[in-house]
Amino acid sequence: MGEPVGGGTDIAITLTVNGVVRRAEVPGRRLLSDCLRHDLGLTGTHVGCEHGVCGCCTVLLDGEPVRSCLMFAVTADGHAVTTVEGLAGPGGELSPVQRAFAECHGLQCGFCTPGFLCVVTALLRENPVPTEEEVLEGVSGNLCRCTGYQNILRSVRRAAEIMAEER
Amino acid sequence: MFGEPVRRREDPRLLTGRGRYVDDLGAGALEVAFVRSPHAHARIRDIDVSAAIDVDGLVAIYTWEDLPASLAEPLPLLIPHPALTHGRTARPLARDVVRHVGEPVVMVVARDRYLAEDACALIRVDYEVLRPVIGPERAAGSRRLVHDDVPGNVGAHLVQEVPSAAGTGAREAIGAAPHTLAFRLDIERSASMPLEGRGVCARWDADDGSLRVYSSTQTSTSVRMAVAAKLGLPLPKVEVIAPDVGGGFGVKVMHPWPEEVLVPWAAVRLGREVKWTEDRREHFVSSAHERAQVQFVRVGFDGEGRVLGLEVTILHDHGAYTPYGIIVPIITSTQLLGPYKIGAYRVEFSSVYTNTVQVTPYRGAGRPQGVFCMERTMDRIARHLGIDRTAVREANLIQPGEFPYDQGMTFQDGRPLIYDSGDYPRSLRMLRELIGWDSFGELKARAAAEGRRLGIGVGCYVEGTGVGPYEGGHVQVTSDGRVHVSTGLTSQGQGHETVFAQIAATELGVPLERISVVTGDTRRFGYAVGTFASRAAVMSGNAIALACRKVREKALRIAAGVLEADPRDLEIVDGEVRVVGAPGASVPLATVAVLSNPLRYAFDEEAARATQFAGASPPDAPPVAEGEEPGLEGRDYYSPIRSTFASGMHAAIVETDPLTAEIRVLRYAVVHDCGRLINPMIVEGQIHGGVAQGVGGALYERMVYDEHGQLLNASFMDFLMPYATEIPPIETAHLETPSPLNPLGIKGAGEAGVIPVSAVIASAVEDAEGIPIDRMPLSPSELFDLRRAAP
Repeated sequence: MGEPVGGGTDIAITLTVNGVVRRAEVPGRRLLSDCLRHDLGLTGTHVGCEHGVCGCCTVLLDGEPVRSCLMFAVTADGHAVTTVEGLAGPGGELSPVQRAFAECHGLQCGFCTPGFLCVVTALLRENPVPTEEEVLEGVSGNLCRCTGYQNILRSVRRAAEIMAEER
Repeated sequence: MFGEPVRRREDPRLLTGRGRYVDDLGAGALEVAFVRSPHAHARIRDIDVSAAIDVDGLVAIYTWEDLPASLAEPLPLLIPHPALTHGRTARPLARDVVRHVGEPVVMVVARDRYLAEDACALIRVDYEVLRPVIGPERAAGSRRLVHDDVPGNVGAHLVQEVPSAAGTGAREAIGAAPHTLAFRLDIERSASMPLEGRGVCARWDADDGSLRVYSSTQTSTSVRMAVAAKLGLPLPKVEVIAPDVGGGFGVKVMHPWPEEVLVPWAAVRLGREVKWTEDRREHFVSSAHERAQVQFVRVGFDGEGRVLGLEVTILHDHGAYTPYGIIVPIITSTQLLGPYKIGAYRVEFSSVYTNTVQVTPYRGAGRPQGVFCMERTMDRIARHLGIDRTAVREANLIQPGEFPYDQGMTFQDGRPLIYDSGDYPRSLRMLRELIGWDSFGELKARAAAEGRRLGIGVGCYVEGTGVGPYEGGHVQVTSDGRVHVSTGLTSQGQGHETVFAQIAATELGVPLERISVVTGDTRRFGYAVGTFASRAAVMSGNAIALACRKVREKALRIAAGVLEADPRDLEIVDGEVRVVGAPGASVPLATVAVLSNPLRYAFDEEAARATQFAGASPPDAPPVAEGEEPGLEGRDYYSPIRSTFASGMHAAIVETDPLTAEIRVLRYAVVHDCGRLINPMIVEGQIHGGVAQGVGGALYERMVYDEHGQLLNASFMDFLMPYATEIPPIETAHLETPSPLNPLGIKGAGEAGVIPVSAVIASAVEDAEGIPIDRMPLSPSELFDLRRAAP
């Protein structure tokens, strides 16, 4: 009784977040999502369920989409993380995916949006010309409660178009 | 600007991670976690916090005994009603009895949420477990009670009766009708389930004696009044801000939630910034649910399907408390009639307590249940008479020449239920065309030849929108030519910053880029009601338009002096006041703003033009003329005599798998009338989102309580919300019948999409299967069982 519970000794980690080397000291149990949001101040990554279902917290880990609520911050030590704050260009210009979402009204409350943007960014990098089915499949792991997905699907197709135009 | 699909002004920040939701604020704030009841019904014998005292980072533990008198009493009953004879609300922390799983019992404040949860885990609450009351039918009349002093668990009972034009009552009309039917319908619980849960962050400024509260709420002005009252603070010392809010859909219009008063109280008491962010399980077991009803229907009709009498008896499950009154069953009862002329109508509801999460409005707010009832009835009549389902509806529709149409009832705003405008026959024609109703038979036959089962369904609704009492708008033009618009109601993703700017741009003749809009911030606008009932565009939209008109009038008056013209000859184009037909003679609004505010001190070049030696005002009159005020700004309010009534009709084509009973929606068509459209892109987005929630409610979402009152599916793994793969393509068509009730001719659009979906899907599945569908949602397993039970 009376022992500190759960927290344990903090562990020093180093992450490359949006191209910048960031250091943090976190308890072993700290979720990557909480580390990004509260230790590094990158609150653009949202937390909707904390059990890996909604996809709001999706970030890119070494370029691949992961649920940052299902991963401890210490597990990401030494890896590169891209969050929604890192999707725009160096001068702040919106990425094709971000522009497409604005153009097609692909967001309403914006809470799920960072997760979708990260997933779609990875999807179109892997597959620049996805079929309808591939687009649907690509976003089918993320929940949105506002848009009914119609305009999210349009946004993905439009983003592919913009990227093709700019290649 | 008005009517154009302008891109949203909210998006740049939301797309780049610069949105500010409650949990993004208060870096370094103390964090709160709650010990919540694990039992549906229990008496608290003892709370032992001793094991938690030594937890690292613990700051405070509070139980009911620690609360001051104003917080120790039950929370307010927000909407009293004479029929709610036994209204009951919860205390912020339970005193002696807990009445649903998830009710807050102990509040823990710690350095962060992890540590607060550590402490919660070590707090021992000794409960005497009581037998719970689960399910409205078991609750009604039961001797087992949710509240000891509410006999039969009946909180409210209301009968509304509208006789036919000839004065016949519904029962008599049904008795005399050539055809009668009687049946039962069941609708399950669902919930708003925004992806951002609730959250509160409170900052106490001890030096200033003031409190700033950020809450993920749909009504910041009312939260402010509740917090000030509960904490005994002067109203001007409390400000409440709804920052970016990650969806609401109704659940966040309830207030004050326990956390909304407890977190600010702790902030004041501890002299620290304190915040609480709801996690998903908390949202399932402590935020509100909706929908659940059992309905008993009797209908009498003639050979053409005209309804001569309708009697509906509703058992409404209100959960453990009634803080939001009986708005939901009142709306079900009154909006049930839809676009139809019903001969005689009698509706009776009993609202019963059960040991489950409380029920307050979720998008649609009782309408989906009412529409399910009416539309299932229409389909039953069609089937009984062997005539087309749209023909039965056609036979009952209110005609365009019959507006304003008085349904003879009292609506949720306490005002008469009088429809303002609409064209229902045209809407039905448009829908039949959009979905291909008349040619569906061939499609169905062709599919059948391939061994596929298709069905088509239809559903119609009328939605009372834009309920009062009022909203306000404030518009200020500053000396840099920028226009600052504010309104008190809140935003949860509806694009208010965009549509209100469109209204201001149109009214003032100012480019959109110069206009900024603030909503839900009591520092900017203190008088408001809130965002619910599809009311924001109607109420604040019109209030802002009226405020703009005041500003415009003043601008023209001042500019007339400068331009030596009659104000009636002036117009504002692109931010310049100019003489019509004389493009050279103009003055920028920025200059008008400078001149509107006589100055002594010149702080910049523009301001110098308004100082006392600049000769801006005649020397023989007061610098501020009688009846005028300094500044180019205006404030106005819009308060309608009664609600506007939007309407719509939906149709769907579904396919059911002959083997697995899986149900797929192949097409979904919407004809929608919300009066004049401010921004068609945003209206369509609202409809899409509503339809998706409707599909969730029709096929997937339910709150599964076991007999112990445990919510078995309190996670996104088990509560099935639709992903993109579950939502069909949605086709929309708009009809615009302007509302005669407000200056802009608009109605509301926020809830429309969700309202008829369960009815439409039931209609389509019934058509595919030939089996009556009487309950929603409908899972493949249930359809499979219905098939096996079918004769």
